[in-house]
Amino acid sequence: MDYFLQQLINGLSLGAIYGLIAIGYTMVYGIIGMINFAHGEIYMIGAFVALITFLAIGALGVTWVPLALLIMLVASMLFTSVYGWTVERIAYRPLRSSPRLAPLISAIGMSIFLQNYIQILQGARSKPLQPILPGNLTLMDGAVSVSYVRLATIIITLVLMVGFTILINRTSLGRAQRACEQDKKMAGLLGVNVDRVISLTFVMGAALAAVAGMMVLLIYGVIDFYIGFLAGVKSFTAAVLGGVGSLPGAMLGGVVIGLIEAFWSGYVGSEWKDVATFSILVLVLIFRPTGLLGRPEIEKV
Amino acid sequence: MSAATMSTEKPLLSVEHLTMRFGGLVANNDVSFEARAGEITALIGPNGAGKTTLFNCVTGFYTPTVGRLTLRHPAGKEFLLERMPGYRIAQLAGVARTFQNIRLFSGMSVLENLIVAQHNKLMRASGFAIGGLLGLPGFRKAEHEAVELAKYWLDRVRLTEFADWEAGNLPYGAQRRLEIARAMCTEPVLLCLDEPAAGLNPRESGELAEILTFIRDVQTPQGHRTGVLLIEHDMSVVMRISDHVVVLDYGRKISDGDPEHVKNDPAVIRAYLGEDEDEALPPEVAADLNLAPTTNQKGA
Repeated sequence: MDYFLQQLINGLSLGAIYGLIAIGYTMVYGIIGMINFAHGEIYMIGAFVALITFLAIGALGVTWVPLALLIMLVASMLFTSVYGWTVERIAYRPLRSSPRLAPLISAIGMSIFLQNYIQILQGARSKPLQPILPGNLTLMDGAVSVSYVRLATIIITLVLMVGFTILINRTSLGRAQRACEQDKKMAGLLGVNVDRVISLTFVMGAALAAVAGMMVLLIYGVIDFYIGFLAGVKSFTAAVLGGVGSLPGAMLGGVVIGLIEAFWSGYVGSEWKDVATFSILVLVLIFRPTGLLGRPEIEKV
Repeated sequence: MSAATMSTEKPLLSVEHLTMRFGGLVANNDVSFEARAGEITALIGPNGAGKTTLFNCVTGFYTPTVGRLTLRHPAGKEFLLERMPGYRIAQLAGVARTFQNIRLFSGMSVLENLIVAQHNKLMRASGFAIGGLLGLPGFRKAEHEAVELAKYWLDRVRLTEFADWEAGNLPYGAQRRLEIARAMCTEPVLLCLDEPAAGLNPRESGELAEILTFIRDVQTPQGHRTGVLLIEHDMSVVMRISDHVVVLDYGRKISDGDPEHVKNDPAVIRAYLGEDEDEALPPEVAADLNLAPTTNQKGA
């Protein structure tokens, strides 16, 4: 039972990270119908910005941990948002009206470019980070231990999700996003600046991915320029699993994938966990092609 | 020119020498006319006459090949529409339009459809969504006003009881009315309607005519009156409610004036019924055109 609980918590924190990244995929797909393959790299950049910020504020003498973490979080979200915005501006917007394949190829190119850019700038070796937030919360007489970092990941993700849901459902920006999702031309005619809404969608996705990057840095304590690839593919899987275009779906998909990975590693062995994950994806797509929470697409005439 | 259109006030919209070419196809050829605030200007003509193309030029979907489109606000500001991108025309110049086919945000509620139309106002009030997230009082107030305006127009188009429905689930006639309400929620100075009566039954098009005359006659909170530019095939609606009719055929303007003038214009009759001028109109056609059987006019 305690072993199960331990895996459950590991799975939830991992799932929270996948979910945060998956939201970026699903929002961009919802609004411009394109898979942003560079999104995994945005997450990787988020992790690097967090690391660099930590080193910089360490050098400046900020040693109080909560403040350091807050500065890292804000800096990472800010800088990564700029990357997200720039990628959209230079790689996707000029191709807005071209055939669907063109922005897809552009996204793959952007992904490779960003990987190499970080590799050249930061070197190809893994970057370690000493544990900033050591310590565990022990439950059930020490049988289950939850590191504070994992706990923080779950809590921050929950808070962000609530904020995000309010943003989409209650604010005029969210309303404009949903309107653009349904009919961009008409939204434009009603005075919505569609380009700006799309830019902001990329910015939001990037900010959430930055949080995921920072959390991964804190949990595992090591990052390199290549972490974006597998995390990106898995989060994309999470988005598809939950139903591409659906925000709660992305979150649910992330958690499901995190749990599958954690339980497979815990009970079967960590060698085949990726195979397990993708097998589940295949099964879901065969029996429920729209994903868990996706709505069947109604063909527009 | 009738007395109604001879007023000294400057027109709301001036279309001057508008020409729109698509390669070798000339969709609009040197069209000039004016539309005034507080009037319904109908744009009629046979299929393919270039009515929708002209609309698309006015609302910024197309950039005209030649010509000038001037919109004059009651406050005196002038906009050259042919130089503005589409969303700026809606945002700054205050031109709203509807389409031949219904383009509601079908997955959103009726009320939300009307609030999206007030996006700019709300975005400014909310400091680009930040205020909305924090629930700042300024945003609350702006949102309250937006809901009030939405309620007002819902009431006008008799959809109040459907406010929480998904727009896509409304009956067809109600969707048409909702589109007009949504366009009015952008608080336009010029409302462009592309065949609003298409597919409506006679009772529904009667209601539509009432809504349009209300929009024409009511003073907006800003103290001006809205100009309506209307494309319509339903002649009973056009002849009943328009103050000014412009007739296009093969991309050219062939007639311009009040409904009485236009329906007696031989050029219009020729365009609608063919070249043969000598024969009197068959009675059922005359009835369709709302011609009294006694006013039997012959060709030019």
